Amino acid sequence: MTPAVSSLGLRCRNLEKRFGNFVALRRLNLEVHPGEAVALAGHNGSGKTTLLRLAAGLTRPTAGALHIGPGESTAAESRAHIGFVAHQTMLYDELSAEENLFLFANLQSITGAAERVSALLAEVGLAERRTSLVRTFSRGMRQRLTIARALLHGPALLLFDEPGTGLDAPGIIWLAATLARLRDTGCTILMSLHGQAELAAVATRAIRLQAGAVAADSFTGEPIESVLRVTET
Amino acid sequence: MALLHSTGILLGKELRTELRSRELITTTLVFILLVVVLFSFTFDPTSSESRRFGPGLLWVAFLFAASLMLQPCFLREQMNDTLSALRMSSPDPFAIFLAKLTANTMFLLLTELLMLPIFSVLYNVPILKVFPALLLVLFAGSAGICVTGTAVAAISAQARMRELLLPLLLLPLLTPVLIASTEATAALLAEEPALRLDWVGFLAAFDIVFLTALWLFGEYLLEE
Repeated sequence: MTPAVSSLGLRCRNLEKRFGNFVALRRLNLEVHPGEAVALAGHNGSGKTTLLRLAAGLTRPTAGALHIGPGESTAAESRAHIGFVAHQTMLYDELSAEENLFLFANLQSITGAAERVSALLAEVGLAERRTSLVRTFSRGMRQRLTIARALLHGPALLLFDEPGTGLDAPGIIWLAATLARLRDTGCTILMSLHGQAELAAVATRAIRLQAGAVAADSFTGEPIESVLRVTET
Repeated sequence: MALLHSTGILLGKELRTELRSRELITTTLVFILLVVVLFSFTFDPTSSESRRFGPGLLWVAFLFAASLMLQPCFLREQMNDTLSALRMSSPDPFAIFLAKLTANTMFLLLTELLMLPIFSVLYNVPILKVFPALLLVLFAGSAGICVTGTAVAAISAQARMRELLLPLLLLPLLTPVLIASTEATAALLAEEPALRLDWVGFLAAFDIVFLTALWLFGEYLLEE
């Protein structure tokens, strides 16, 4: 599961997102450098999911800008290089594990799709259930397949929204090892976390959001554990 | 070519999921069957009455059944947020619409074709001689319903009161399709059948205009 292209950074300038009167992100200025593994922390409603969905190009900012890569590319223009794991599985229950992966591999015109799908199914431990319908899977199995879907095209930027959801202890350890391997190959990772020390250990930087703004950032010298620990209390 | 490639893949997905669940076709077929049979029992129409009222009844049944069928086409994508996955993976967002409206048109046409023999028997209206022309009218009318309906389904899926919003938006928009399809069908089922190319042309123009609008603005309909 090695990324096919070099890593990509992400820059937010005065980024703002409103939902009616609710301000989810307020004039956020943030730069994630290529190759960084950033853990996003914060209470529910602090803006983590909104930031990740903006970075994935799934929603537009109300004000400000978000650029991916060295130029002025928008998130929507960079989708081909982004792997996204959301709260929901983004999988079709009526298709098998293999059919789900083939659907997205074919849409993205991935060369050697058959080998890629087989390798990923083996990697996430679902090779024996490749022909089973997703609706027969447990939440943890679905999450593993969701992660496989996000890694299918070898993305240079990974956006993971609470990727440990539904995974059991061995699953979390597997995910942490996978993320560490991707980080070491130069992939940029931005992931929101709630606890899960194993996943936090992968991070090279931590940012805590509060009410849609950056409340703490380990980039300024504060230890990663400290940035993450405050959120857990 | 990229658009056709993506559309083909997505159409395959639409057909496969529907063939496994059979939710849309079954619902649509049962609804049309109920309307046609109930009206037949209620009015017990003669052949000449059927020729007058049958086409209108048929298209109203198709229209209401289509609104039932179109409702879940984007709601199903929201259940697991698969629409986001499609938006991130499809090189052209229009492919998502094109696949869905093609699948919807196929499902609606299939149910219409299954209903025609029952309509013919219950309402004593022969259709065999005009079947090829009737197929053309059914296709043009169904495409009009599905092009517009798929766009409205995408809008209503993101709104509150979504179950009410779709028919409220869709039915007024489809009034021209209903009139043109009914007139063209009535002309075909008349004692001296004729293919009214003016109404068929109107339906084709409607389909093209809405398809173009969907191509130009479809991406905005998919945004959160």
